[in-house]
Amino acid sequence: MSQSTLAGAAAGTTFGSSTRRQRWEGWPSFLVLLPSLIVTAIFVYGFIAVTFWISLSNWRTLKPDISIREPFGQTYLDLFAQPRFQADLRNTLIFTVLFIGISVLVGLGLAILIDYNRKMFAIPFFRNVYLFPYALSFVVTGVAWRWIFNPETGVNLFFDIFGINQLLASLGQAPLKPGWTTDPTVAFSINGILEQFIPGAENLRIQFGLPVALIPVAIAAMWQLSGFVMAMYLGGMTTVSDEIREAARIDGATEWQVYRRVIIPLLKPVTISVIIILLHVSLKIFDLVITMSGVGPGFATDMPAIFVFETTFKATRYNLGMAAAIVMLLLAASVIVPYLASSLRKSEE
Amino acid sequence: MAAIHHEATPPGKRWSLGHTLTIIVLIIAMIFYLTPVFVMVNNGLKDAQNVSLSTMWNLPENFSGGGFVEAWNRLRSNMGNSLQMVIPATVLSALIGAVNGYVLSKFKFRGSDLLFTLMLFGFFIPYQAILLPMVQFLQTINRVTGIQFYGTLLGLVLVHVVYGIPITTLIFRNFYANIPTELLEAARVDGANMWTIFTRIMLPLSIPAFVVVGIFQFTNIWNDFIFGVTIVQNPDAQPVTIALNNLSGSFSVDWNVVMAGAVVAALPTALIYIFLSRYFIRGLLAGSVKG
Repeated sequence: MSQSTLAGAAAGTTFGSSTRRQRWEGWPSFLVLLPSLIVTAIFVYGFIAVTFWISLSNWRTLKPDISIREPFGQTYLDLFAQPRFQADLRNTLIFTVLFIGISVLVGLGLAILIDYNRKMFAIPFFRNVYLFPYALSFVVTGVAWRWIFNPETGVNLFFDIFGINQLLASLGQAPLKPGWTTDPTVAFSINGILEQFIPGAENLRIQFGLPVALIPVAIAAMWQLSGFVMAMYLGGMTTVSDEIREAARIDGATEWQVYRRVIIPLLKPVTISVIIILLHVSLKIFDLVITMSGVGPGFATDMPAIFVFETTFKATRYNLGMAAAIVMLLLAASVIVPYLASSLRKSEE
Repeated sequence: MAAIHHEATPPGKRWSLGHTLTIIVLIIAMIFYLTPVFVMVNNGLKDAQNVSLSTMWNLPENFSGGGFVEAWNRLRSNMGNSLQMVIPATVLSALIGAVNGYVLSKFKFRGSDLLFTLMLFGFFIPYQAILLPMVQFLQTINRVTGIQFYGTLLGLVLVHVVYGIPITTLIFRNFYANIPTELLEAARVDGANMWTIFTRIMLPLSIPAFVVVGIFQFTNIWNDFIFGVTIVQNPDAQPVTIALNNLSGSFSVDWNVVMAGAVVAALPTALIYIFLSRYFIRGLLAGSVKG
């Protein structure tokens, strides 16, 4: 089971042989699948087609109008010109890097520490604690972390409890009180550099940098998913036999080198699956942000998923909302389609 | 991680400085993972007079049930809604996935892998890309048939079954792929057809797969937010995740109630995890994507 991550799973080959007999048996199997295929055709591909059509249409009030808007694709130009959507794309990029970076580091680190101590009696307990947040809803995670990163309480109280603020006061400094998700700062702004190297970057109507308000959101998301990363790596590590580890040790590798030089490289397929799954989570992130910080100051924590939701169902600018939805879909598809295609190729071999 | 650096474990020696240091790191990590749980339970247990932002980390002064009574009263009916949605949706999507997975693993035909991949794509799409047409579709069903899908749990069940099919199919397909085909061949020689092989041989063997899929779907559907918030507008009919979000954004409730509410809303999936973690882990390794 351990290797049947999504990659392994989708690629899983079967015992079924391609004999002649299976050709006439193909029809009943196809008929069994037919209801699911029809439903998928409507609910996935049909609905995506409708979404795409609406994104090209004139429908921007409560009154439906599905005539194609002239000039063709103007809604997409409007969309990319919006400071809010520019901020959303920036936030998606920065959040993805932060969230995947810390989730993989923490998840892999925990997996190594657990694997290293695997003979210890309490290890299953540790593992279950780390994975526990994965069972919870993003809404629950958002509610809890919203208070932990509330500037008036939560982690900011530690600066008093541990005497850091008293120390600062005695040095004549202001107390430490980060605004976390309420902080509008965009750090490391690189608009100037972008304008030099990327034509059109002068049209950016936002500061391109690291919105610091995204850091707490990435920490909360990491809290929820790093246990999953750990579980994926642990599943992979059970497939690395003791002989391989022993051989490396006989060659003089230290324990750390066994992990760094032998086990981690062997787990590359797991790393790929993990990154694809986390990418897919981060491109869709919605409920966590809604409950934890909302759109944030100056859209510092806004995300395309929230943009689509609010533009469509609150502001009823249907064509603009659907254009943003199509952009989201294309971003997700650019990750998922190559992954599914390679799985398909493997299973047909 | 730095702690294991120079620690080679000599064969035979069970304990070392490396183990001690790494266990300390694991304990620190455990504190981090349990902190939000502590915050929710601890402050949920405080009553309205004793809950204050400046004392978040202090233990409650008296155990009176605190915010839990009010949280339960506010969320009780939504918990019921969630159950009424989750149970039929889980059962139906598991059954459909079992049949599909059986066919896709044991009765493959030309193009079946491609069709499966096309189905699986539906699991990965951001649901924003289908949300508006889906709402319109459900509203049309309401108008045409008079059966209320939009705005009701019935509609949510339908949607969760439809978008659950790819992942349940995937898990069953992989499960059945590991059942030896010889077993089916033998039954076929004895005159069993595709359907009797499924009901007499495959289904009884699939209990573990049903447990894994059941847990996976129960957790996913219980934790859903986006379908609930777009399909059901009436607060009394909404699932608990949406009710919790509303509670959290409301200025008329104290935050001890919000914290207690988060615990209440998390309880069913948390209990499943605590008691069935083995199957839970199997499910997520079998193909799991959050949200």
